[in-house]
This record gives sequence, C-alpha cells and structure tokens, in this order.
Amino acid sequence: MERDDLIVNDQYSLDLAHSEEAGKVIRKKVLKVTVLLTLITAVEIVMGVVWGKSLAQTAPAKWEVIKWIYIVLTIIKAGYIVMVFMHLGEERKNMKQMILVPYIAFMIYLIWIILTEAWSVTAASAL
Amino acid sequence: MAGETSKVIDTKVLWGGNRSPFSMSYGKMMMWLFLVSDALTFGGLLTGLGFFKWKYADMWPNSEEVFTHFPGTHASLPLLYVATMTFILIVSSVTMVFAVEAGHRNDKKNVIKWLAWTVVGGVVFLGSQAWEWSTFIAGPDGLFGTADDTNLLTNFFTKVDGIWTQGPSAYGMFFFCVTGFHGFHVLSGVIINVIILINAVNGTYEKRGHYEMVEKTGLYWHFIDLVWVFVFTFFYLI
Repeated sequence: MERDDLIVNDQYSLDLAHSEEAGKVIRKKVLKVTVLLTLITAVEIVMGVVWGKSLAQTAPAKWEVIKWIYIVLTIIKAGYIVMVFMHLGEERKNMKQMILVPYIAFMIYLIWIILTEAWSVTAASAL
Repeated sequence: MAGETSKVIDTKVLWGGNRSPFSMSYGKMMMWLFLVSDALTFGGLLTGLGFFKWKYADMWPNSEEVFTHFPGTHASLPLLYVATMTFILIVSSVTMVFAVEAGHRNDKKNVIKWLAWTVVGGVVFLGSQAWEWSTFIAGPDGLFGTADDTNLLTNFFTKVDGIWTQGPSAYGMFFFCVTGFHGFHVLSGVIINVIILINAVNGTYEKRGHYEMVEKTGLYWHFIDLVWVFVFTFFYLI
C-alpha cells in the first residue's frame, strides 16, 4: 500500500515524537497561550460592551482607533493559533513561506480591491 | 519540538529527491494546502462582508444591539453569549493540542481522553449555535418577537415602503451564510474527530506506530478556531 506519512525514503514522520519531559514543557506553553487568548477575548468583549459600534456615528475618530485595536488583537490571536497550536512555527522555513506568503499577498490585494470598490460605489450613489 | 524540521540540510540534498523537501509527510502537507484554500474561501466571505459594511455604513445594524440574548434570562447582555461560544471553541482547540501532544508520546490513553473532550466541546459549540440561530430569529427576545419596535432591525427580511432594505437583509444573509458555513465546518470537524477517536480506541494508530492522523485532524480543528476568531471580530465586534 502507498503510504502518505513518509518523510525520508521509508521513514515515517516519527521525528515529531518527543519524550515525557519535552511534553511537560509543551503543555506549559500551551496553557500560557490559552490564558493569553482568553484574556484577549475578554478585553475585546469589554471593549465591545463599553465602546459599541454606535460610536461609529457619534464619535467616528474614536471608533477608528478602537476598530484598529480590534484588528491588531485579532491578528495577534490568529498568529498564536497558527504558530503554536498548529505548530507552523516549528516547521521548516520553506513550508512556512509556502503557506503564509501566497495567502497574505492574495488577501491584502483582495481587501484593497474590495474596499476601494465599496468606497467608489458609496461615492457614486451619493451623487 | 526539534527533530527533522530543525535539522540544517543542504539544499541539494533537500530537493534532491527520495525525501520531502519540506520535511513533512504528503498527507500533512496536503491538509495544509487544503486549509489555505479553505481560508481563501472564508477570506472572500469576510471581505464581501466588509464591502457591504462600507457600502451601507449608515444603516448597518450594530452587533451589540442585535446579540443581547443569553439563555435563562431576558436581560440585555450584549455579546456575552458569543463570548461564551468563543471561549468554548478556544478550550476545545486546547484539548486538541493536548491530544496531538499525547500522540507524539504514543500515549494512547491520553489521546483518547483529550480527543473525547474535543468532541464534547465541538458538540456544545454546535448546540450553542443552534440556540443562537433560533433565538436570533424567532425567540421571545428575537427580532420577530419585538415586532412593535421601530428599530431598523425589525425590517430584517421585509420591505420598507415597498423597497427591500438592502442593508439589514444583507446583514441577515451574511450572518447565516458566514456562521452557517463555519458551523458546517464544525459539524464535519466533529464527525472527523469521532472517526479518529474510534480508530484510536481500536488501536489503529498504535499498530501504525505513530499518531500523525490525530495531528492532521488537529490542524483542521485549529483552523475552525482560527476562522471563528476572524468571524467574531469582523461580524460581532466591528
């Protein structure tokens, strides 16, 4: 049967295996990241309750700052999930680049083109 | 974690054949590539949401005024329920990390324990979403339940002066499309986790000598958590 879990010739992907001691270190790290993710979510919720989206109408400048804080916190959370939980931080550099570079490049383009279009449509309908 | 991935290997050897140039098995690499394509789908949905939010900025409902319900009470508790759902998903993601970690030690007992907890977390999340969906539409505090409210939200799927109110109805479409597509991923993730759990109990991976299958499904499960982080920010907060 063809195997899909080989890395070098007939070796399985066993190199990821680790000892009991290494496991303890990893579990501690995971718990730390869990606490961090929970704290960030709690901060976001408190912000959402105290300074709601209604600020976008009443205080647009303030909302602009809060919105960017949300986006930065989200990217921090996503970074921890991908790098620690999904172990991408421990993969070979070429693997990291293969996953992240095309995705980030494409998403930046997509967000740019979509928001530009939305602004143009809004500006046109205001005429 | 060290091992194969942190070894310094000459480029010629690395790409010379007879080995994976990424020091990663075919199955795991394909899971990563699938997740990239899936992430592009969600990226498209969320940027589409961004388009509508900009276009209808003046009439788009504020989420902290929409999601104010919590089971067992009629009090207005903005965002608290979705925060609970987020926490459940983060915790189930953590139990999955523990299952993968136990797999790296070939610790069958702990793999089964943590994988079972992950399945429980997934089921609880799906149940929470079912409650949110039903309450959001027709529950006692839901949008159709407050028909005398002149708020914009009551015009969710209806016409105002004979014209479709695009903003709010698009809001409902995006809500059910984005959270529904994510919920579908959670459902398939739970089913996959159950299959892997049955295999682990039967000792399939013990015979194979490694628990990489748990790692592959773990990647998918973490991806679900990752998507929810973005849905949570761009749908519920911003």
